Amino acid sequence: MNNIPEIEIRNLSVTFNMYDRGLRQKNIKVISNLCLKAEKGEVLAVVGSSGSGKSLLAHAIMGILPKNAVVTGSMKYKGLDITEKRIKDIRGKEICLIPQSVSYLDPLMKVGNQVMIKNNKSCFEKMRKAFRRYDLCENSEKLYPFQYSGGMARRALISTAEQTEPSVIIADEPTPGLDRKMAYRTLKYFRDFADRGKAVIMITHDIDIAVEYADKISVFYGGTTLETTRAENFIKGEKYLYHPYTKALYNALPQNGFKAVKGFQPSPYEVSEGCIYFDRCDKRQEKCRGNIPVSVFDNGSCFVRCIYGHSV
Amino acid sequence: MGIQCKNITFGYSKDNILFENISFSVDYGERVGIVAKSGFGKSTLAKIIAGYEKPIYGEITVDGKPVSKKGYNPIQLIYQHPEKAINPMWRMEKVLLEGNVLNDYIIENLGIKREWLKRYSTELSGGELQRFSVARALCENTKFIIADEITTMLDAVTQSQIWHFLISECEKRNIGMIIVTHNMYLAEKICTRIINLEDMTFE
Repeated sequence: MNNIPEIEIRNLSVTFNMYDRGLRQKNIKVISNLCLKAEKGEVLAVVGSSGSGKSLLAHAIMGILPKNAVVTGSMKYKGLDITEKRIKDIRGKEICLIPQSVSYLDPLMKVGNQVMIKNNKSCFEKMRKAFRRYDLCENSEKLYPFQYSGGMARRALISTAEQTEPSVIIADEPTPGLDRKMAYRTLKYFRDFADRGKAVIMITHDIDIAVEYADKISVFYGGTTLETTRAENFIKGEKYLYHPYTKALYNALPQNGFKAVKGFQPSPYEVSEGCIYFDRCDKRQEKCRGNIPVSVFDNGSCFVRCIYGHSV
Repeated sequence: MGIQCKNITFGYSKDNILFENISFSVDYGERVGIVAKSGFGKSTLAKIIAGYEKPIYGEITVDGKPVSKKGYNPIQLIYQHPEKAINPMWRMEKVLLEGNVLNDYIIENLGIKREWLKRYSTELSGGELQRFSVARALCENTKFIIADEITTMLDAVTQSQIWHFLISECEKRNIGMIIVTHNMYLAEKICTRIINLEDMTFE
């Protein structure tokens, strides 16, 4: 056993270079100082505020960001840097992305045909097997995406990841529109996949599901990771979660009080120095405006980015 | 009286029936959760009730009368994907004007920032857009709101914010709600009654 994580991301920043008025350009930093590790045999759930850059992270790894994006920091796959050239060789083969929007399906192609990688018998069998697993009947292979419901399209997208045998699956919100049974079946597939020594990065809003199937949960806010913690800490309760935003997420769940913290995530236009959660935090201090230390716990596999560290 | 759905049957062709004989009613001030498995046709049913899709058979009435095609639709549908329900060529303030809700009370309580009003829909995130969809549905002539998975793509904090405001408004104005969701915890927390459509068709 070597301990090199399948995917390791350190201090990733993504900046968009945009035209403002006329020919004046401006830079918008949408991801900053992001750190993340996907280990073999683990499902890592990425949760957090919408618009916090979760999908951009997936796109950054896959090398499919728009041309005006500038990426800095380090991204490694099996210990080696993910370069533009390398990702072209491995994406779709060793790293698979299940995209978020159901509009990623080609509207002019029958769904069964677009899930198959090649038009031959074994690919057809694989497609049919995956469709059967997700209760898509043989009729639905011949339908076009507009005839699909949101949940059916989602299941077709998930089937695409079963067409090859990758070592990493990045699933961008795989469960919205799916009923519990289907969602659990999908998650079970990810779990089995990870248990075979592969890695899964699952971007989701569904904390309930993440808690049941993931090993670790990484909490995103405003383009950065605030905390990575063991999934069971979300069951154990609020005091095992350290960052105030993680606690707020926990308390906002319908079964945990349904509390709503006021305010919203700062937009990339107005990000300043210091803690990104400053405006909404009820425990903020003057020193939160400065550099925020990262404190590591659980043998280095988890961390929190907060001046209170993991002692509160 | 409220909304009455009688024997709603829908399919894309005669030999491909999606669901049959769905009947239920929703009164003013009620919050009815609609549950069924994925692909059952919940979103289609929501569109039928809001008048955007015609059933093969069956009728929808509000206070005993069919809904008039003219004028403001008293049944407002809030869609699962806000990015598909908002005109990308309009600035957000025009979107709010469309629902006649460009007022401080709604803007402030839904946490809409002033500067967002000058932007286009592609320049806002899903959570930010969904606040506009909710605002737009809250015109004073609205009698019923259908919420079709309106918070599944949002984080828990935003979800809670939006529901708190929507529920308090509906209670205040006695608006009836139909809530489509897969999250049973959420349904149990916010609904006054839950209907499982799968039990209904086989009656």
